[in-house]
Amino acid sequence: MKIRTLVWREIFERKNQLATSFVAILLGVSVIVAMKNITFYSEKAVAYQLDALGANVLVLPKSASLQDYYGADMQNEEFPEEYVARLTTSDLQGLDNLSPKFSVPVEAGGRRFILTGILPKNEFQAKAVWQGAGIFARPAGCGVAVEVPGATAPAKETLVRKRVIQSLGTNEVMLGADMAAALKLTEGATVPLLGRSFTVTAILPQTGTVDDSRAFAHLHTVQQLAGKGAVLNAIEIVGCCNQISKGLVQKINQLLPDAKVATITQIVDTQIKTNRMMGRLSLLFLSIIVLVGGASIANYMFANVFERRREIGTLMALGAGSRVVLRMFLLKALWLGLAGGVGGYVLGTAMAAILGPRMAGVPVLPMLTPLFWAVGVAVLVCVAATYLPARRAARLDPSAALQEI
Amino acid sequence: MIALESVSKHFQHRGKAVAALAGVTLEIPKGDFVAIIGPSGSGKSTFLHLLGGMLTPTEGKVRIGGESLYDLSSDERSVLRKKKIGFVFQTFNLVPYLTALENVQVPLVLAGLAEDQQKRRAEALLGRLGLSDRLDHKPRELSVGQQQRVALARMLANDPALILADEPTGNLDPETAEGIMDFLGELNREGRTIVMVTHDLRLAGRAKRALRLVNGAMQANGPARPGVGEGASVAENKSLCGN
Repeated sequence: MKIRTLVWREIFERKNQLATSFVAILLGVSVIVAMKNITFYSEKAVAYQLDALGANVLVLPKSASLQDYYGADMQNEEFPEEYVARLTTSDLQGLDNLSPKFSVPVEAGGRRFILTGILPKNEFQAKAVWQGAGIFARPAGCGVAVEVPGATAPAKETLVRKRVIQSLGTNEVMLGADMAAALKLTEGATVPLLGRSFTVTAILPQTGTVDDSRAFAHLHTVQQLAGKGAVLNAIEIVGCCNQISKGLVQKINQLLPDAKVATITQIVDTQIKTNRMMGRLSLLFLSIIVLVGGASIANYMFANVFERRREIGTLMALGAGSRVVLRMFLLKALWLGLAGGVGGYVLGTAMAAILGPRMAGVPVLPMLTPLFWAVGVAVLVCVAATYLPARRAARLDPSAALQEI
Repeated sequence: MIALESVSKHFQHRGKAVAALAGVTLEIPKGDFVAIIGPSGSGKSTFLHLLGGMLTPTEGKVRIGGESLYDLSSDERSVLRKKKIGFVFQTFNLVPYLTALENVQVPLVLAGLAEDQQKRRAEALLGRLGLSDRLDHKPRELSVGQQQRVALARMLANDPALILADEPTGNLDPETAEGIMDFLGELNREGRTIVMVTHDLRLAGRAKRALRLVNGAMQANGPARPGVGEGASVAENKSLCGN
């Protein structure tokens, strides 16, 4: 037999009394685990949706209106291309991708389309000053572009999904789905635009936006053909959601005071509100588990010490020192915490899997990280709540304990 | 040898000091069998707890083998109890959720003995007390006599030199009580010192000598059995105990 056998037997002898404390810890932990689990997948889902939408921050001329997010760059207002350099050489955190755009109306096949100049990524990287101090020197992938299907896909995919492409020749053009269909063009065909013949390198997938009626060519080619110089209509930015919530838009505004900076506020706001609500609820439940669970355990342990004082006195008469008695109660608290933590994790994960799709509209899968978190919190609460009763037991006067009963 | 030097113990009761022991000086040589008799509330249990290192005296010294018991720390006294002292209680004080075997193993666990050694020794002790067929029984599944025998086996687990018995037969029928007293006598003959508290003068007569404790004072001591020593006779003590 070992001391732990003694503790184990005592737990089972008085299991009904322990049940209330166990349930308090179990429920507290399970609710926290469920919320953490749902929040994680909810954030991931929102991030994925944001990513699917493409850029979530737009830099526009000051006077531009924002009635159509996707057509906001077609308002005949311009600002210097130098704004891109200001952004890339700044110390702003959370800029995942930049896509400067300059758009002009064009006619082809008797119909009006938009020719949009974009700057391929390889030209950003070619500029040493931008590469060394700018956004490409920072860790890439801040969480917006999580698990994007086709991250290594062809250029047309990355243009649609991430608003950037790796490279684009001076006489190459990528056509939106509607434009290609209207002009009956396929990849490899040529199309005259603004008096220059462009080779169609890709037909972009349908997006359901104004982009379907666009032709994308190299920024500097479009600028040259339009005769407007180094100007832009818009800079599309993929910003990290967490940085947007920390004021990325305001920081860009400070950096570019003569430009208008807009974001898909309702989506970002939803996430921010969800995150804040989940964060507050997690804190609330953590407080509940600490207060209610802790108080319940402390109350149970004090009662347990009182009930067992003859037993403790006997053990002391048989030679048990104060450390042995303290250890017996703390061991019991440790097991209670471990059981409550593991049980709470299992219950919370099941709750998340069942309630997640109904409450947050996202599928929720089991995660391992909350297990460590759940066990840690449960053990800490149990041991902390037991310490005072355990110390009282260890300091029990054996003579008084044996005589008073 | 156990020596008490002017030992007093006072308790506070409703703001007033109550003397449980008043200046007791006593020597108990190794191998002695002493019965402490006296009416309820006379300080018998207090005396036993003092000897067991569980109750610090208000004044005086308690020495066991020349060592001043209360100059040791609480944990050092626990170690001393574990090695040298065995307790027998009137209500047995068995751990209710452990089996007879596990109850006897408790002192061995505290002494840090390996599990197989614990089990062997506990089985042997329970066998010596005629409980080989009750090893897996919990206290509530045993008769009171069997429970006291388990308690005796537990007391012997660490082979104590000093046995402190607090009304060891108080809850037992006369026949079972006789058996327990026979066993205590056997342990005394093995060389163990026994101090037994009782109010049963007939059982006190089984000790080598009896001491009377009245209002915290040892009034007289002497042989309980004729010829063993001097002091109050059992007949004299009878009147003190009201039996």
